[in-house]
Amino acid sequence: MNVLLPNSLAEACDFCAKQPDLIPLAGATDLLVHWPLRQAEHDKTYLDLSKLQELRTITWSANSLTLGALTTYWDVLQDPRAKSDFPLLIESARQVGAIQIQSRGTWAGNIANGSPAADGVPVLMAYDASVALTSKSGTRSVPLHEYYTGYRKSVRRSDELISAISIPLRRYDFAVFHKVGARRAQAITKIGLAMTRESAKPATWRVVANSVAATVKRCAAVENLLHAGAPIRKPEDFAAAIASDVTPIDDIRSTADYRRTVMARLLYHSLKGVSPAIS
Amino acid sequence: MHRLEGLSKLSGAERYLDDEPLEGALKGCLWGMTVRSPISRGKIRRIAYGAGFDWSKFVVVEPGDIPGPNETYLIENDQPVLAPGYVRHMHEAVALVAHEDRNLLRRAAASIRVEVDADPPALDFRVAPRADQIQRGSDNLIKKLQIKKGDVHAAFANAYKIVEGEYETGAQEHVYIENNAMSAWIEDGPNGDVVVVRGSMQCPYYVLNALKHALGRDETRVRVIQAPTGGGFGGKEDYPSTIALHCALLTLKAKRPVKIIYDRSEDMAATTKRHPSLVRHKTAVDKSGKLLAQQIEVILDGGAYVTLSPVVLSRGIIHAAGPYTCENVLIEGKAVLTNSVPYGAFRGFGAPQTIFACERHMDRIAHALGLDPIEVRRINLLKDGQTTSTQQTISGGTDRHALLNETLRVSAYDKHKRESEAFNKTHPYLRRGIGIATVLHGAGFTGNGEVYLNSKVDVGARPDGKIEVLAASTEMGQGTNTVFTRIAADAAGYDTADVVVGVPDTFRVPNSGPTVASRTVMVVGKLVERAIDDLAAQLGQNGKPLRGPSLKKAITDWHTTNPGKELKGRATYTPPPNVKFDDKNYVGDAYATFAWGACVAHVEVDLRTAAVRVLDFTAMQDIGKVINPVLAKGQVQGGVVQAIGWALSEEFKFKDGGMLNNTLTNYIIPTSDDVPPIRVVFHENPYPFGGGGAKGVGELPMDGPAPAILNAVAHATGADARAIPLTPEHLLPLL
Amino acid sequence: MGFATSQSSMNHQSTQSSATLNGTIAIRFTLNGREVEIAVDPTERLLDTLRYRLNLPGSKEGCGEGECGACTVTIDDLPANSCLVPTFQVRGCNVRTIESIPTSSLQPMLETGATQCGACTPGVVVTANWIKEHSSVLASHTLRALMAGNLCRCTGYDGIIDGLEKWIGNPKGGRP
Repeated sequence: MNVLLPNSLAEACDFCAKQPDLIPLAGATDLLVHWPLRQAEHDKTYLDLSKLQELRTITWSANSLTLGALTTYWDVLQDPRAKSDFPLLIESARQVGAIQIQSRGTWAGNIANGSPAADGVPVLMAYDASVALTSKSGTRSVPLHEYYTGYRKSVRRSDELISAISIPLRRYDFAVFHKVGARRAQAITKIGLAMTRESAKPATWRVVANSVAATVKRCAAVENLLHAGAPIRKPEDFAAAIASDVTPIDDIRSTADYRRTVMARLLYHSLKGVSPAIS
Repeated sequence: MHRLEGLSKLSGAERYLDDEPLEGALKGCLWGMTVRSPISRGKIRRIAYGAGFDWSKFVVVEPGDIPGPNETYLIENDQPVLAPGYVRHMHEAVALVAHEDRNLLRRAAASIRVEVDADPPALDFRVAPRADQIQRGSDNLIKKLQIKKGDVHAAFANAYKIVEGEYETGAQEHVYIENNAMSAWIEDGPNGDVVVVRGSMQCPYYVLNALKHALGRDETRVRVIQAPTGGGFGGKEDYPSTIALHCALLTLKAKRPVKIIYDRSEDMAATTKRHPSLVRHKTAVDKSGKLLAQQIEVILDGGAYVTLSPVVLSRGIIHAAGPYTCENVLIEGKAVLTNSVPYGAFRGFGAPQTIFACERHMDRIAHALGLDPIEVRRINLLKDGQTTSTQQTISGGTDRHALLNETLRVSAYDKHKRESEAFNKTHPYLRRGIGIATVLHGAGFTGNGEVYLNSKVDVGARPDGKIEVLAASTEMGQGTNTVFTRIAADAAGYDTADVVVGVPDTFRVPNSGPTVASRTVMVVGKLVERAIDDLAAQLGQNGKPLRGPSLKKAITDWHTTNPGKELKGRATYTPPPNVKFDDKNYVGDAYATFAWGACVAHVEVDLRTAAVRVLDFTAMQDIGKVINPVLAKGQVQGGVVQAIGWALSEEFKFKDGGMLNNTLTNYIIPTSDDVPPIRVVFHENPYPFGGGGAKGVGELPMDGPAPAILNAVAHATGADARAIPLTPEHLLPLL
Repeated sequence: MGFATSQSSMNHQSTQSSATLNGTIAIRFTLNGREVEIAVDPTERLLDTLRYRLNLPGSKEGCGEGECGACTVTIDDLPANSCLVPTFQVRGCNVRTIESIPTSSLQPMLETGATQCGACTPGVVVTANWIKEHSSVLASHTLRALMAGNLCRCTGYDGIIDGLEKWIGNPKGGRP
């Protein structure tokens, strides 16, 4: 195993530019799962970002919250302002693994790992976050909902690193997060949902689901229903939109039927009464 | 008295097998690994050791290296130590490899391909096998048993109502937190070299017998020592014989010490589980709910080898009729061979499966008659003088009706029931409900098992006057050492500081039987008392046994006049008077005594997700006498939570007979946040033939929670669920 | 702890806290209050370094996947699963293991039956001790939620939660 230990983001980007197959490492909570059994992966080359203090920052500006790439779930849980301005970040952080994972796992790592079950990603997407990708040639910003291109695939080039996550400060009059796992902690999401409504005129809905498609996904058809004010009287009224938005599968954690049905019920019960069209 | 080794465990000072430095007997130790079958049934064509490794630097053991019969000694010796050219389940051991570099060994082991020609496996125990799936007899039957009392058919003909039902339970993994761990080395002995095996285990003499048999050695040339054991629950009852044999074979070939430590995924995939079951009930009742006839069919999935299935089936059918009286009972049980990992011992040993069916069925009978489930139980609960399905007359003075009433009172059953029904009328998607189960558990081995075991305990009287309990009964977290110390101290009139419990080591301790079946305190604890009586009598004068300081003084005096000699008190099991069982016809006293219990579950079902949450749980247990309140309560709370997992979340996913979700991420046991505080109430009624008056405590808590929870779910939602685990995916279609 | 076939190589860009030596990374960190200097293979997990090289086998491996918490230690005063931490990542950090917690303080946990088989116990105690030292977290979390990263198969958790309540002197820790 080779590990590169950069002293700065710039140095890390230099490494990336030279070696396209580097695997960036932050909290390592995904990489080291069953590590002794995965001997073949011991032969790869890793880039340890964990000591880059410049990435361990939480910055509030007039327009946004910026999480440096090393921001952990626990960091956000401790932030005095996060709970009032971005309550869904708190709710999702509390449901990641347990404290032993929350203390090491990073939001950026969660994005980079690309799991469709990622717990941190839906709420970030529902808050319209964007990802800062930094390389030797500079930094570009990509909206999180455009970040993924397929199962564990993204627009990140091999010479780029996620350096920060930026979340615009906006007014929301509705925000909800659901994680359905097989137990209350230490669970991998079977179906998850993050929803926000911006209180601008006209109101903007964002509905994000995880564990029901190849990637964490904005649900455009459901959003359209909500924007159109279509009347909803029962969970099944979401069925067509759900069928158009997501493609859940049967796997060892749940079934496609369960995921679809529960998604409809969560949507319905969360939204009932929130808008006059849904009752 | 607090747990003896408690501070050592809390402070991390306790040394489990893998915590010890590779020094002393383990100097130069190799790591061992197991090469396993990639299919569930078929012929092994070849074991292909991967290119790129210098295999001459590895120790490799194949079946030809086994000195004795390639058999794992147990009820029937049909399970090979290493599959001899033919595999019968996924992950079956086919060869062993060892090396001193653990990571190199992992890479090398991963390079080994077991090349096979697959035969059709039998994977569903519920359906009759096809001709090409038959591997035992004409029907893959491992064991068939029957209990018959009265005439069910006549009763069915005259019944007010007949209620039928089919109930299923899934496999369950023990998830002891310390994985299987074993070491072996060779020592010199007076009769030649001695193979010493030390590791995590429940039953040192099971391991000893297995080593003697397959290594072709007598007990002077094999020695088994228990290491501190991080949990068992039955999972370290029979399986350690296999891993001990593997370790011993490697050490014999390598002529160096060897250690095998399973990682979690190997432990989950390859070791024993709780037997999956299918139980059918057909019950005749009168208008009041009185049971007129119970016809019960029990089918257990035995897995690929016989192992303990016959005795699990035996306990299962004996508990199948529940703690009720009924004049006409017919119970037919069978254990069936399939090409799954062999199912083995797990806390409750067949009883939780059949009690689940019985207790769920009792609620369905109540529902069918429009009666209260409590009333149906009240009418049928056994009273002293009445008989069980095996025609065992119940005695002992425990008032099971009073026990039930007390359980209802403590659990605030009526209040929770009322409040739940009101809550359900208003809440948009949450539903609450309450459920009950009344249970029994026979303590000790079934039938004449204890007589056949012929258990022995010694107590050593040391030169310093202290008494050392010498028994093969192991401490695995349940509190053996603490309770034996208390029992011995009370029997000897000693301070507990003057009692020592010896490490189970087959060169030092007699065979007190396996540490299973809730028998340790009740059966072996009684032997501890009697061994001390024997010692006290040996030293007493004029037939008057000595106690306390005079016993201690007599011991030290004896050693002064007999320097260098050993002084021991001894006891051998004798059954309580008038306990008789006909194990051919399954008639008579199936157990010397039963522990009794009742439990109440209060649950909440989320109609959005079909997730069930236990809000409150009360467990009432009659265990004779509580020797140590903290330890006894811990047994009940731990058992209840293990049962909650079995009932709601611990689901096996199989592919071709192999466990797919063999990780703690995907096999879901409860966390602290998933369960409520478990309220425990003990009912004391000392049992004169149990150590300190105690009956068994370890397994009873496993019996009631699953049916109580499903009964509560039915009350909350009307969902008539009859199979566990009742995961949200299974409950959703029923809502 | 060689890896005979792995291509362990090293980083030539040494940093303040790391240097290279024979394919390993030389690191310094504080372990239970004492400075430690050790050369680690890049593939080493903190759990293995502690158990097999630094003679601190109190931390246990229960699952190797960050679920059971038996390997819990604190790193810079936060609980972490040491099976998921590459040892080189603790360079410059303050690591505390079960061995740093005085036995004499554990009496309340003993009295309530917080340990049975003991295999999960060191991790339980490390998390519990962290909660005790940071009791302000109880304003936002229940004890049962905070302990959810430590799986126990013996106690049903009551002995642990009761012991922790007694230990920290908080009468209402479990479910609110």
